[in-house]
Amino acid sequence: MEWFNAFIVVFASGMRLAVPLILACFAGLWSERSGIVDIGLEGKILVGAFGSAAAATFTGSVWLGLLAGIAAAVVFSLIHGYASIDQRANQIVSGTAINMVADGLTALIGNAIWSQGGRTPQLPAEAQFGAINWPFVNEIGPVPIIGPIYQHLISGHDIVTYIAFLLVPITYWALYSTRFGLRLRAVGENPAAVDTAGISVRGLRYGAVMICGALVGLAGVYLVLSQEAYFQPHMSAGRGFIALAALVFAKWRPWPALGTCLLFGFLDALAIRLQGMELPIIGPVPVQAIEALPYILTVVLLAGFIGKAIPPRASGIPYVKER
Amino acid sequence: MTTMAPKAPPAIELIGIDKSFGPVHANNNVNLIVERGVIHGIVGENGAGKSTLMSILYGFYEADSGEIRVNGEPVRIRSSREAISHGIGMVHQHFMLVPPLSVLENVMLGAEGGPLLAEGAGAIRKRLAELGREYGLVVDPDAIVRELSVGLEQRVEILKALVRGAEILVLDEPTAVLTPAEADQLFEMLRVLKSENKTIIFITHKLREIMSLTDRVSVMRRGEMVATFDTASTSPPELADAMVGRKVILKVEKGPSHPGAVALEVRNLVVRDDRGVARIDDVSFALREGEILGVAGVAGNGQSELLEALAGIRGLSSGEILIEGKTVPAQKRNPHMERLLGVGHVPEDRHRVGLVMPFEACESAMLGFHREPVYGKGFFYSRSAIVSDAEKKMESFDVRPRAPLLKTANFSGGNQQKIVLAREIERNPKILLVGQPTRGVDIGAIEFIHKRIVAQRDAGKAVLLVSVELDEIFALSDRIIVLCGGHITGERRPEETNAQDLGLLMAGVSERAA
Amino acid sequence: MSAPLKPLPAWADVALIPLVNVAAAFVISGFVVLAIGENPLAAVQSLILGALGDLEGIGYTLFYATSFIFTGLSVAICFHAGLFNIGTEGQAYIGGLGAALVALHFGLLPGYTLAIAAIIGAAVFGAAFAAIPGYLQAYRDSHIVITTIMFNYIAAAIMGYVLVNVLRKPGQMNAETEPFRDTALVPQFHEVLAHFGITWPDTPFNLSFLLALLCCLAVWLLIWRTRLGYEIRTVGANPTAAVYGGISPARVIVITTLLSGALAGGVAANIILGDQHRLILEFVGGFGFVGIAVALMGRAHPVGIILAAILFGVLYQGGQALSIDMPKISRDMIVVIQGLVVLFAGALEHMFRRPVATLLARRTTQPPI
Repeated sequence: MEWFNAFIVVFASGMRLAVPLILACFAGLWSERSGIVDIGLEGKILVGAFGSAAAATFTGSVWLGLLAGIAAAVVFSLIHGYASIDQRANQIVSGTAINMVADGLTALIGNAIWSQGGRTPQLPAEAQFGAINWPFVNEIGPVPIIGPIYQHLISGHDIVTYIAFLLVPITYWALYSTRFGLRLRAVGENPAAVDTAGISVRGLRYGAVMICGALVGLAGVYLVLSQEAYFQPHMSAGRGFIALAALVFAKWRPWPALGTCLLFGFLDALAIRLQGMELPIIGPVPVQAIEALPYILTVVLLAGFIGKAIPPRASGIPYVKER
Repeated sequence: MTTMAPKAPPAIELIGIDKSFGPVHANNNVNLIVERGVIHGIVGENGAGKSTLMSILYGFYEADSGEIRVNGEPVRIRSSREAISHGIGMVHQHFMLVPPLSVLENVMLGAEGGPLLAEGAGAIRKRLAELGREYGLVVDPDAIVRELSVGLEQRVEILKALVRGAEILVLDEPTAVLTPAEADQLFEMLRVLKSENKTIIFITHKLREIMSLTDRVSVMRRGEMVATFDTASTSPPELADAMVGRKVILKVEKGPSHPGAVALEVRNLVVRDDRGVARIDDVSFALREGEILGVAGVAGNGQSELLEALAGIRGLSSGEILIEGKTVPAQKRNPHMERLLGVGHVPEDRHRVGLVMPFEACESAMLGFHREPVYGKGFFYSRSAIVSDAEKKMESFDVRPRAPLLKTANFSGGNQQKIVLAREIERNPKILLVGQPTRGVDIGAIEFIHKRIVAQRDAGKAVLLVSVELDEIFALSDRIIVLCGGHITGERRPEETNAQDLGLLMAGVSERAA
Repeated sequence: MSAPLKPLPAWADVALIPLVNVAAAFVISGFVVLAIGENPLAAVQSLILGALGDLEGIGYTLFYATSFIFTGLSVAICFHAGLFNIGTEGQAYIGGLGAALVALHFGLLPGYTLAIAAIIGAAVFGAAFAAIPGYLQAYRDSHIVITTIMFNYIAAAIMGYVLVNVLRKPGQMNAETEPFRDTALVPQFHEVLAHFGITWPDTPFNLSFLLALLCCLAVWLLIWRTRLGYEIRTVGANPTAAVYGGISPARVIVITTLLSGALAGGVAANIILGDQHRLILEFVGGFGFVGIAVALMGRAHPVGIILAAILFGVLYQGGQALSIDMPKISRDMIVVIQGLVVLFAGALEHMFRRPVATLLARRTTQPPI
């Protein structure tokens, strides 16, 4: 039972670590399903985090922080959209630029305002998202098996976490059951088909890019308003790229994306948990191996050794009407 | 039906349509009247302007000038959406389908009937079932399009148009991708649609289809609408004549050929395209030294794959290619090896294949031969050798301007083509493969290029000429084979045939009727 | 729907448009400085003074520039083959491992051959690490952008593991190796100049700079004067034509990524062998990404890369001085500028085409060709 409880704690920690991955991964899913490749997720997490930290610090309002974080990331998304959709830019170059500008600008402004090397002041508790405790947590908690699951996995998370997990069925539904979702899936595969059906390719793609911005901004918001209570330069720490890896690994599909993000989050939690521990036979745990596993798995998948990850066919290709 | 109504206005009237792409006058003052409830064919050679005209009708381009009337009403069609709203539906030559989506989703796209798919899906399912009953257009709505046969994909395209309420259906080369059986089914469907008072515009190269399907037929040539006939009162020869026209006959000074030994022999060749479809199917022929063998045919009937296979770019599925009696093992066949064996290749598409547009002309002029010692020994090449070699080639082929350092893209089409020819011919190949040597080339250069090709023959080279220009085939060939659907449908000597005769072979009407 | 663009004159294409693009990046950077509440002109002055104001500043500027030349070349050579190598960062990092292994284990090599062997070790490790994504792109059709991003993180994990668990000097807290012996080091300029009785301030500026210039020459020769370079450019410009010309794109891709990784290894020569004299964690510090900006700004041409690398060297060194003069402008400003350069010189490179073309058309009276 002890073993089980320990597992639940690691799993709950993995869940929390998975939240920003899920948000960023689904941001990428919306964008790439419309045919816009986005390697700028990493930068936009930072922008969202910084926007929310700055606004929450100035106003003391967690909700204004949330809005500001989302708005800031959407602005950066629109720059990428403008380059990719209207200027027919190389989307990889544009995403790289977004990452660099975001990384530098957030640290620069943070430092200029607060003079703490880019770090923003610690937010008071009322400017953070608190855990939402479900009814009867204390009563159910001690019950074996069900108790820890209820207490640690279901109850006790903040609102962004619940949004992130709700996002999966919502995305699935929106993608497969709505007009917008149908058009979006179509435009990422064959924009000419969408165009000849009398639908604006440009409008669809801008819509997708804005959804992407909002979701990836929320990932940044989570880091600040739910986890750390301050912004720190480079605090995204590669999550944008792990999310990208998860997206590839999930072959751009919502439910597998959730599974992959949970797996990657869980690996992260495990690495933290096993840090410095000695295992029988293996000896000290090679934490780096666990940390690198998401990337290695993704490369192996991309190499076609376990199935084939085929991106939406039109992704990365600017749409030009042809003769 | 009780009173004699005034004659209904035509479904479509195109009046004075003009469209240019840069220097290319794709549509020149085109007029067309399509009556309601008929199948109206439009024929013409490649590049005659048919597809451009239909793209204008469907709002893909806007005409530079001219007027469109639908059911007598003048309309402006600036987008596909507007075309759809006027009841025009189009089945593109390259299907506008989304392969990973289901038939239902593809049909719904753009006609969803509300923000939620469930709302419209039921109605569209019902409509699909109705259309299936009415016209025999049966497709499983839940099938994934990627898994359908080409014929069924096309059916989905037609259903897309009908579900959107199309009264006028434009089909662009619909049979190009179909098997004969599928084509027959399509015709059956179109006749049913006509019986329901739909109007059908049917674009094709194939005269047989025009004759068997259409009520009226219009002929386009070089961007102009040259004639319209009632199908019943015309004949394939008359149409072929109108298509080909009384062009300036390109006369090339050319003596009789003196064919020598067999240089290239092809035995039971089968070549598949990237999708695995056999584009050359059991083809055999021989090419002798000192002769020009013309390969005629409508574009897309396997000529490209034949050339690519011979040049080592595309692998063979089966069969043999013998060069001077020797066959090359399949795994060793590649473009480099072919060049070493003395096969020169002027590819059909100089932009995409034959040249590297951002390169200096002198660099394009060594593509494929860049490993040869003339350009310097060892790892480095010699710039001066490259430039002087290019200068020599440009001199001998009169490339203008004589500027080896100018970017390839900055030469005119004719001069670009001369660079390719110079490169392939100056290397003194034994066998010369030539694809569409004068496509997009001005008249002066055409004459020059033709002379050089004949000169190669006279020098004892074996020349294989692939062209969709019948004039060119006639002007140059000593012998002609016709490809249709990957098969050789006939062989002729130019002096014992004519355009009509070849046109029938190209249309797949095998062997001359006695 | 817009009218087709008239072709620009060659000088505008080669010089004016790139300059306008880079200028746009700097103008926006100026506005950022203004928004922070500082005077952009004073900032530029402080920056240039810090970077070029004295010999010490120049030494550091060129030290940084050396790394940027290597990473710029590494990215650029892939551009020529139509590949986007985001993995220069990780390849340089792994290159450091190669340099350290040789420096630590081949101590018997006589004299400076050890340093040369260590540089070769850096190049070989960088190349090998780049070749995996290259091979996967060439033969298994895995998108090199994604794989190289993944490989950057894999490199970080490998180096973290190796430095902490394998190569760490016994009894040392910091994850770093023991110092290399002197013969494994690339001499610094002030040492070399001291032999000739010239005094130069003590800066990490070392002979790797000459190696970097040599590499520029070599890359220039390779790309524009060799058959291999011709094949690389053909594959990059038109893969279909390359196949027609008997060139194997897969083979060219593998060779190009090998060369790219070897060039990335030069960073290790400069920083590890030329300055740190031991292998440390995260010594590449984002310079691989600077290489993307340098390659784009230098238009993938070695001369352009040298100029762009020196400009970024000035920014990195001057940024240090600037952050002391104006504490509000931290060195992150440089990353912003770098990002804006990538944005305007890369992603939005055609944005100013139409305005410039219109402007030129208005100014010249001669009819367009």
